[in-house]
Amino acid sequence: MGKFSRLGNDLYSGDKSIDFVGRKWLWYAISVVIIVGSLLGLAVKGLDMGIEFVGGAEYKVKVASADQALADQLRTDVAATGIDAAQQPVVTTSGKDAVLIQVKPLTTAENEQIKNTIADTTGTDPTQINATEIGPSWGKEIAKRSGTGLVVFLILVVIFIWAYFREWKMSVGAIVALAHDVVITVGVYALSGFEVTPATVTGLLTILGFSLYDTVVVFDKVRENTKNLRESRTTYAKAANLAVNQTLVRSINTSVVALIPVGVILYVSAVQLGASTLKDLALALFVGMAAGAYSSIFIATPLVVQLKAGETDVVQAEKRDKARQKKVEADRYAAVPAFAEDMPIHDEPGVADVPEGDGPVARPASPGRAPQTPEAAGRGRIAPQGHGPVRPSSAAGRQQPTRQPRSKRGKK
Amino acid sequence: MARKSYRPGRTLVVFFLVVAVSYGLVALGGTWKPELGLDLKGGTRIMMTATGNPTSANLNEAAGIIDQRVNGSGVAEAEVTTQGGRNIIVEIPGPTSNSLVGLATRTAQLRFRTVACTSQTPGPCATGAAPTLPNDGPSLAPTDGATGNSKNRPGFLAKPSAKPSQQPSQTASASESSSPTESPSESSSESPGAGSDDPAQMALDFMTDPGRAAIEAFNAYTCPTTKPVDDNPDKFLVTCGTEAEGDAGVKYLLSPAAVEGTDLNSADAVVPSQSVSWIVQLSLGGEGKGVFADLSRAMSGTGQQFAVVLDGVVISSPVFTGVIPNGDAQITGNFTKSSAQSLATSLKYGALPIAFDKEATSVEQIGASLAGDQLSAGILAGIIGLALVMLYCLLYYRGLGLVVIASLVVAGVVTYSTVLLLSRTAGFTLTLPGIAGLIVAVGITADSFIVYFERIRDEMRDGKSMRVAVQAGWKRARGTCVAADTVSLLAAIVLYIFATGVVKGFAFTLGISTVIDLAIFFWFTHPMVSVLGKYKFFNRGHKLSGLDAEALGVDRINIAGGRA
Repeated sequence: MGKFSRLGNDLYSGDKSIDFVGRKWLWYAISVVIIVGSLLGLAVKGLDMGIEFVGGAEYKVKVASADQALADQLRTDVAATGIDAAQQPVVTTSGKDAVLIQVKPLTTAENEQIKNTIADTTGTDPTQINATEIGPSWGKEIAKRSGTGLVVFLILVVIFIWAYFREWKMSVGAIVALAHDVVITVGVYALSGFEVTPATVTGLLTILGFSLYDTVVVFDKVRENTKNLRESRTTYAKAANLAVNQTLVRSINTSVVALIPVGVILYVSAVQLGASTLKDLALALFVGMAAGAYSSIFIATPLVVQLKAGETDVVQAEKRDKARQKKVEADRYAAVPAFAEDMPIHDEPGVADVPEGDGPVARPASPGRAPQTPEAAGRGRIAPQGHGPVRPSSAAGRQQPTRQPRSKRGKK
Repeated sequence: MARKSYRPGRTLVVFFLVVAVSYGLVALGGTWKPELGLDLKGGTRIMMTATGNPTSANLNEAAGIIDQRVNGSGVAEAEVTTQGGRNIIVEIPGPTSNSLVGLATRTAQLRFRTVACTSQTPGPCATGAAPTLPNDGPSLAPTDGATGNSKNRPGFLAKPSAKPSQQPSQTASASESSSPTESPSESSSESPGAGSDDPAQMALDFMTDPGRAAIEAFNAYTCPTTKPVDDNPDKFLVTCGTEAEGDAGVKYLLSPAAVEGTDLNSADAVVPSQSVSWIVQLSLGGEGKGVFADLSRAMSGTGQQFAVVLDGVVISSPVFTGVIPNGDAQITGNFTKSSAQSLATSLKYGALPIAFDKEATSVEQIGASLAGDQLSAGILAGIIGLALVMLYCLLYYRGLGLVVIASLVVAGVVTYSTVLLLSRTAGFTLTLPGIAGLIVAVGITADSFIVYFERIRDEMRDGKSMRVAVQAGWKRARGTCVAADTVSLLAAIVLYIFATGVVKGFAFTLGISTVIDLAIFFWFTHPMVSVLGKYKFFNRGHKLSGLDAEALGVDRINIAGGRA
């Protein structure tokens, strides 16, 4: 735990940093490969739509006494026939003396086989089984309404993110990340050959919310770090990268906490239950949530940085940073800070005591850490310091008065 | 920064009082188990058979309308399927509820007809005298935003309009005598006015001269009746008012249908601004719009009534008080809130394109569609998952992990009472996806705490003492969480409005858990951490508090007044 905590601190301070933004093409490439794979899977295998979407056949069989145990038995037996369309039958008792079995559309031969299976299990004559055709309960009307809902939702989200961050490019980033997650989830679904049920749709809708939620949290930190680009003496890309690093521990923890229950549901349902609604839901959620956490870090943020690369502020910050770098190259010793090496790079000694509160990134040099003596860097000599840095001390048990120039004392 | 007056203890007390009250309400309700949905517990299966041979498009449209009807109120998650070429199956969770069955089976074909005579104003059926204006009948007025007519006072709005420009010149031939209860196969198209292609003209003609057969049928009829009414759109109709309107004893002679209910675009019960009484606003499209305009032009100011017929029963018989050129009309009258809403619902969802055979409707109980082990497996998985999450939080956050666990437990407790209350009041039923949604919400709920705790730790890394960091971190985490939860809530609300069935129920679950997440975060987690910040265990950075220097990864932490 200790090492991990230390990592958390280093990520926070920027001492250690993973270059999420800089290596964006690598992440994009990875995502493109996964997405192409998903789309291929979708195109080749297609989605296996459930009874609710395609309709099918319904068998009504009279039995002596219909109970849940018989229904469960029938469900297992019908699924065991090995017919594709009957892999996930819906079996319910109907009244006290009948059982209903619903399967997807069948050929005539399969129809006979199912009838025989039902007859064997229930002990009735196959001719007594009444078969009818049923339509989908999720018809065009529902699809249309859901589609409208989705469009309205996306528009509202774009407007909300734009209003909250004052940045339409973040809306774009969030929506791209969302599409990324949904495509991957649907693709994995197609590849795994699970049946699409209303539960799957529910799972997909959860992903919409989760993906956006995650992206908003990361963007919030990005915005905080890039609020005052000029004062914080950094580039937009660097600040955004720092933000992602700073929220990395949170992202990992959140993903772990969100994925644990879903993973357990997936495991339990896949191992214990075989084909089941629960499994459909859990798979969609698991893939979608993992993709959601990934995309907000690796896709959404680099994309926003890239989109903003042309903006005047960002370009100027970039120029200033380059100039600073040049200066450092020309005279490395001039840039060596006189006091603490691990001071945040973007802080100038002069602006160290920015008023605290909701301020920008410029954080005061951390008093939590002991200042270290500068280490020898490269050639040359290190000028010894006249005296050690003055630290606030609790020796006197109270805050010591400090002397300030007249201009800074404020009016009285 | 916390205001001076911030008292975490008080917030906690109030919060627990609210929770206690919610459980008090649950105790009053008397049920301690939530209603389970169709997939887990089964429910009622209603099979309706259409009369005649409807097209599959009509059958699907009818299924869609019934779906909206049964799912339109509450979150019961009913399922509507078509079967064969003629049946519609409605499955509703829970035991048979008469109101829901009635709602689903109400075949409800909506038509607009003109009124030739009623038993109150016999009109041409008696002496041939012009019908007199009923004093308190509802009236139909045009809605026209441009001229500010939204005030909706019939008297105010009644624009004197020209009398029917053309008196019917032709005397329609008497229709074949037929009582309205005769079978439709016998119907002939020789109803009065059939010579005219324009339904409006035909309806107007019928009103002034219904023909002898119709008058005889009218005179032979008695109200109230228990006999089913045969509502044939091509023929005149003799029928009664509804009991709900208080005129079950009133007899009506109505023209063949002038406007079909399928032309109705929308109907809403509203209280217009600057008014205190309820009205029903409706909007017609398609052919009905033009017919309606013609009718209103001819009938406005004459006091002649117009009937809204649902399933062969007159549910409203307003008079026109103005010309309605654009199909946007409103029905005013002595409505109460409930009568206006019920009329609007009847109008809105009543326009089924097919009729059902009442005799063939079967209602039976069905069992759960999922195997019994799915629920137990789901709950088992949920419990294991939760335990693992708690273990992880405890390992990672140590002392603060206790806050996470307490928050999750409180969230669970609050969610349970909310679900129980909603089962009772809104007919909310818990399906398997709903339960899974709640379990997943655990992860999303925990995220608020993680954001918050990470912020506290960041602030402490910057050298703030724990007590200050708790407040500073709160300020920053609050904004993030509210923004992120707003997105979740947005998703839930939009899905709830647009979706039906299981998705609606899920959206509801998602919305509940998001709101509960925010409530817990604001009124439990933050006050709890603030209270804990007063203890040395936390603010001095005890090894197990999760806020010691080692856990933060710094060399030392700031504590109030010095360093540890």
